[in-house]
Amino acid sequence: MTEKNRSGSPYSPEYFYRWMLTIRTLELKLKELYIDHKINGALHLSIGQEAVPVGVCAVLNDEDKIFSTHRSHGHYIGKTHDVEGAVAELLGRADGCSRGYGGSMHLYNYAKGFLGGNGIVGGGISLALGSAFTAWYKNSGGIGAAFFGDGAANQGILHETLNLAALLKLPFLAVCENNGIAATTPTAKSTAQQDRTKLAKAYDIPALSADGSDVEAVYAAACKAAKHLRSGKGPFLLDLRTCRWEPHCGIIKDTRDQAELDVWRNDRDPLKVLAGRYPEIFTAERTAELENEVGGRLEQAVGKSLNSAAPDLAEFKNNFGV
Amino acid sequence: MKRVTYIKAVTDAIAEEMDRDENVFVIGEDVDIDGGVWNETAGLLEKFGSSRVIGTPISEGAFTGLAAGAAMTGLRPVVEFMYGDFVHVAMDQVANQIAKARLMFGGQASMPVVLRMCACGAGTREGAQHSQFLESWFAHLPGLTVVFPSTAADGKGLMKSAIRANEPVVFFESRHVYYDIQDVPEEEYLVPIGKAAIRRPGDQVTLVSYGYACEKALQAAELLKERLSVEVIDLRTIKPWDTETVFKSVEKTGRLVVAHDAPPTCSVGADIIRKTVAEKFDYLDAPPELAASKDVPMPFNDVLEDYAVLSTDDIVRTLEHIAFGII
Repeated sequence: MTEKNRSGSPYSPEYFYRWMLTIRTLELKLKELYIDHKINGALHLSIGQEAVPVGVCAVLNDEDKIFSTHRSHGHYIGKTHDVEGAVAELLGRADGCSRGYGGSMHLYNYAKGFLGGNGIVGGGISLALGSAFTAWYKNSGGIGAAFFGDGAANQGILHETLNLAALLKLPFLAVCENNGIAATTPTAKSTAQQDRTKLAKAYDIPALSADGSDVEAVYAAACKAAKHLRSGKGPFLLDLRTCRWEPHCGIIKDTRDQAELDVWRNDRDPLKVLAGRYPEIFTAERTAELENEVGGRLEQAVGKSLNSAAPDLAEFKNNFGV
Repeated sequence: MKRVTYIKAVTDAIAEEMDRDENVFVIGEDVDIDGGVWNETAGLLEKFGSSRVIGTPISEGAFTGLAAGAAMTGLRPVVEFMYGDFVHVAMDQVANQIAKARLMFGGQASMPVVLRMCACGAGTREGAQHSQFLESWFAHLPGLTVVFPSTAADGKGLMKSAIRANEPVVFFESRHVYYDIQDVPEEEYLVPIGKAAIRRPGDQVTLVSYGYACEKALQAAELLKERLSVEVIDLRTIKPWDTETVFKSVEKTGRLVVAHDAPPTCSVGADIIRKTVAEKFDYLDAPPELAASKDVPMPFNDVLEDYAVLSTDDIVRTLEHIAFGII
């Protein structure tokens, strides 16, 4: 974390690269485990979107709370750096971050300010407003942030939440992770207003758009948001255009134009965008070292979790009265 | 004892708890305007200020979600729905978020929220969307505690317990009792969640009720007193309901009637009867019966509504049927 960087961030490009790579490597591994039937249930991957959580979470501290979505692995790692807790939870083990009760969509880590994935599209938005309320109530200087997709931006709850956040001047950060598709419906087909910053402006909330495949651009926009939020001026919205490379869920069919996706994969891969900007840092040798470090930590976590215990049935019965 | 209205007793409970714990706050529509539309927050704004008495836009989803997120981060919100019916607008927040957070996150998340379902009732010509009894909806959702006091004293004591509870509590209220002046103890007290009260002792039929229907149950027992000894139990907590008190009474009487204002299908009464039949069958001298409102949205016209809502006469006839076989 000592290299100079051109964005002026206190974080080195290597820091951003490491955590985007961690998310990428983790999700590729999750996909493998899912295909092998080691991970059960629904699995929503965010490969291609790594710059959003890493860039935004870099401006947040442990006291700041984020509320995530059904596509939450990247947000979890971006906020907590807890690879082991995530892997164990996805495998349904007692040492998972939600103790095996939540799974992919319900990761949780209070100490690091990750207050949950959410299986309902838009479900976390108003909860994040609540954590912003607590920060305001206790005058803690903290931020409550909701990550949500372009699909969730069509839920009424976003509009109620923006209105209430603006009225009460709460430190509420709305992060629209705009990947251009809601399950299999393109945003162009579902959304009359393609520019979500205008939704914020309707409530006199300042907003910025940024390239969600450029982690430094995301970080720079998030810095402006955080400065506004921490000064007590009320909410802020970020509209970050990105792309998920995988289908909506698991290994279901993808109805999108593959040529268009290839452009994202080849030209706007967040890892390549960052590495391409700093060829002197991300030499082939250094990149391989980082891949080894990140991959090694992940392999160790998977190996440990595959052997760790399931949640205790007696404890379940006792704690939940069943 | 002091004599106060039900609504004042519950407001006093909230004020006492706000005094006791600075993390308690009230949020809802109009709660900061002239003491709320029911006078249910009278004096709170003046005493605790606008950061703890939060008037909101008509955005049930957002303010309920705000309360949930606040509860997850250490506060204790009392969320007010001006009419209980309006909670439907916030059902994602209640059913998918509030009810499930504790389990979903492996017991690590706390959700100390009180959802105050104001002014529930029927029979007052307010039409289908202001005349619902929704307690069985919430009792059916794992993860929620549900209470439904019928008196001023219980309203106060249960509200204090609900605010101190570490789990979400859905607090139903009858508009019929809001301005009744009743006895309330002078000293501080709590009414425990999960404990029923025997309102009238008897030994021939057990009559279980709650909320405003409890008043009708007591009237029915009084009307039949020359011919039948009815034990009236006020459930007070819907979930978990007090099996101990109900079963003890049924063991004595051998006959069970449940009376409530909610419609009968998949209702609280259906659950009480289910469990009693399963566990106390040998004590029963007759099939348990349910006196309930009709399975229909409430109509406006008085003749139609009076037919649809549970009446004292309905309970009398049900008691006569179970005791004497009169139809």
